[in-house]
Amino acid sequence: MNVSETAIQMRDITKTFGSVVANDKVCLDIRRGEILSLLGENGSGKTTLMNILSGIYFPDEGEILVDGKEVKIRSPKHAYDLGIGMVHQHFKLVDVLTAAENIVLGLPGKGRLDMKAVGKRVLDISSQYGFEVDPEKKIYNMSVSQKQTVEIVKVLYRGADILILDEPTAVLTPQEADKLFAVLRNMRDDGKAIVIITHKLHEVEEISDRVAVMRRGQYVGGMMTAETNAREMTNMMVGRQVSLNIERHEPKNAETRLVIENLSVIDVDGVKKLDDVSFDARSGEVLGIAGISGCGQKELLEAIAGLQKVESGSIAYIHPDTKKAEELIGKNPKEITEMGVALSFVPEDRLGMGLVGNMDLADNMMLRSFRQGKSAFTDRKSPRNLAEQVVSDLEVVTPGVSTPVRKLSGGNVQKVLVGREISSVPRVLMTAYAVRGLDINSSYTIYDLINQQKEKGVAVIFVGEDLDVLLELCDRILVLCGGKVSGVVDARKINKHEVGMMMTRLGGGEVKQ
Amino acid sequence: MSHIQTEPFVRITKRQDIKTAKAWLIRLISVVLALAVCGVVIYAMVKLNPIKVYAAMWKGAVGTPKRMLVTARDTVMLLCIGIGLAPAFKMRFWNIGAEGQILVGGIATAACMIYFGKTLPSWMLFAAMFVASMLAGALWSVVPAFFKARFKTNETLFTLMMNYVAIQLTSFFVAKWENPFGSNTVGIINQMTQAGWLPSLFGTQYMVNIILVLLLTVGMYVYLKYSKHGYEIAVVGESERTAKYVGINVQKVVVRTMSLSGAICGLAGFIAVAGSSHTISTSTAGGRGFTAIIVAWLAKFNTFVMILVSVLLVFLEKGAIQIASQFDLNDYASQMITGIILFFILGSEFFINYRLIFRHRKGGEAA
Repeated sequence: MNVSETAIQMRDITKTFGSVVANDKVCLDIRRGEILSLLGENGSGKTTLMNILSGIYFPDEGEILVDGKEVKIRSPKHAYDLGIGMVHQHFKLVDVLTAAENIVLGLPGKGRLDMKAVGKRVLDISSQYGFEVDPEKKIYNMSVSQKQTVEIVKVLYRGADILILDEPTAVLTPQEADKLFAVLRNMRDDGKAIVIITHKLHEVEEISDRVAVMRRGQYVGGMMTAETNAREMTNMMVGRQVSLNIERHEPKNAETRLVIENLSVIDVDGVKKLDDVSFDARSGEVLGIAGISGCGQKELLEAIAGLQKVESGSIAYIHPDTKKAEELIGKNPKEITEMGVALSFVPEDRLGMGLVGNMDLADNMMLRSFRQGKSAFTDRKSPRNLAEQVVSDLEVVTPGVSTPVRKLSGGNVQKVLVGREISSVPRVLMTAYAVRGLDINSSYTIYDLINQQKEKGVAVIFVGEDLDVLLELCDRILVLCGGKVSGVVDARKINKHEVGMMMTRLGGGEVKQ
Repeated sequence: MSHIQTEPFVRITKRQDIKTAKAWLIRLISVVLALAVCGVVIYAMVKLNPIKVYAAMWKGAVGTPKRMLVTARDTVMLLCIGIGLAPAFKMRFWNIGAEGQILVGGIATAACMIYFGKTLPSWMLFAAMFVASMLAGALWSVVPAFFKARFKTNETLFTLMMNYVAIQLTSFFVAKWENPFGSNTVGIINQMTQAGWLPSLFGTQYMVNIILVLLLTVGMYVYLKYSKHGYEIAVVGESERTAKYVGINVQKVVVRTMSLSGAICGLAGFIAVAGSSHTISTSTAGGRGFTAIIVAWLAKFNTFVMILVSVLLVFLEKGAIQIASQFDLNDYASQMITGIILFFILGSEFFINYRLIFRHRKGGEAA
């Protein structure tokens, strides 16, 4: 369908938060029968702009026209009435309810709720666009991708014909992303207007018809996807020339640093999260860990860090000087440090685990080191110096080292965390989703830091979700599937689809039943 | 479907940052507004001149040296409990068991006075009372802390129930130590010898209480802000997972912090018994264990700000008693005034964190 009539016109939208201008006179058109990619770095105002459209924020200035008529969108409900629906990055579902119950939640209706009819309509919508959803299934039994499907159906059920998706593929495997894209294309062909917010350029090229780029709260330009390329889009986003290659040197003097043997972990609910996992990590090498989310990556890293109770198996750290093997199982993080094991861990949950959001940069630097010294009082000076050094070395954008960490943007939070973890001169560095939610610039800063550590002879374990990055950055990749090792592969000799297959099936073989 | 074409009448946005001076200005305005509203209410209900009523409150709280001293005595008592609660709440441990901890501290103090009052030399008696009250308070708070750390029980319910146990225990000892027989009270302990009574200092009664609590104020401020323990408390309070991630032994910190919290509340019992009433009854704590929660939270665990909050609360309470007797109003009238003032002060926090933007008024200000 080539009829692209304009569904929404946003004119000179301005929104400020305190002294921060999140959107500065932004103009954007959204057309029916078209998929629009909204591109921009962290903090460039994409999500704010879409939140304005979906009624969560109210703009300070500017006007919005829906089908040529000016409207004031007062609330998310009002946005639905206008046919605008948004699928947020963080799902807003009630875990203990079924898909259908979540979908009708909050909708007005007559006294009696006819769940059968609801289920039927849900199935109708699903089959129309090629979704797979079971209306009777409870949310807590669903995978991330199924939950996302419920979110999308929820929006469609409410009659939305303008859909906004905020980083929909961040949590999906390549296969799941392909499925989602097929659905989005079906919806586009049905005449719906679709906006997707993303960081991943190859997805932009694959799915969208048109691209709109934002930078620092301003709209910097738009073009048809077919007429542009990744380099041009990146340069527009960042505002200058950027190199999109990740350097990868051959590992030098690789020595075995960590040996994991037959590791099994059972969680509190009795579910086996890791099943007989064995591998090793070597100095001067980046070992990638790939897997669908929830396949035991978190448990694996936490077991090594001394945070996860282990059922059986062994985790041995080979001391770089003495070559003696030290067992880490049964030790807590404090004891591991006291043994002289130089282990750093950048966890997935930055503000809930790695850092304390309400504390300032200097206080967060102390988290690892505050016990040093005999005094009953904390040393405030060296953490402050370290914070200042991290801020200048890693170019952290912050008003100062006394700013609470939660006020920083995602990329800067991650720089603070990584900066602290590498300041202790680790011999093993574990990172979980180190670039999740980070823009291109910040991501490349993190890749550079990881490569620097590798050059210094650190054994790096990199848990990632973007297979393109894993393949470019890592030397070897350990693929997990349902808590088991699906294989350890040479990252230089494998392609994305083979890894994707290994993630969904042990060994990656074709399914035979 | 009718589309509403107007902006919402008022919108609420979160403030990014607010200057300390402005925040205090908002708080001050809230107090002034509260007094104005109280004035209207007073006039509407009892047709009294609000100015006169306020003057009477002032007189009741600080009108004479004796009253000023009583106000100071009650202020430091409330402050002491607030200081005790601060580390617990900073750790996000909902210790609503201060009432019980005060009472058992008071029982321990009274027991020492009764059983050792004639035998021990004065300094040893004070040392015994001091230590016993802290131990009793600590014991009362360690029990819920242990269960919380070990079995993840809910500390709110647990500490609350411990209060009732403490009240029953107090009734038991009141019956046991009854004096004179049949009065159903303990009476003034050691009235003749004054053994175990905190002495006057600089010729002023309650001076020991005041100095003791001011020392605690400074000590707790330093402990929370600069010590390693204080840092651990802050980390555990903000995020238990972060604490575990850096190898802080969360169970140990919970038990240790709660014994400190309980010990200071127990000490408040010591101050109440040895330093002011010289007796023990089920009303020795008198609800101050709950009021102190407001003190701790309003001051955001800054013990120096707690001084201000305690002064305000006790001032209101004393003033209220005065107007009740002077104008022949009952207690409820004064409680209404306290309620209105607290409502405004707590409400002012909303305007400190958020601002309102009215339709067509750019950068609208509200306070």
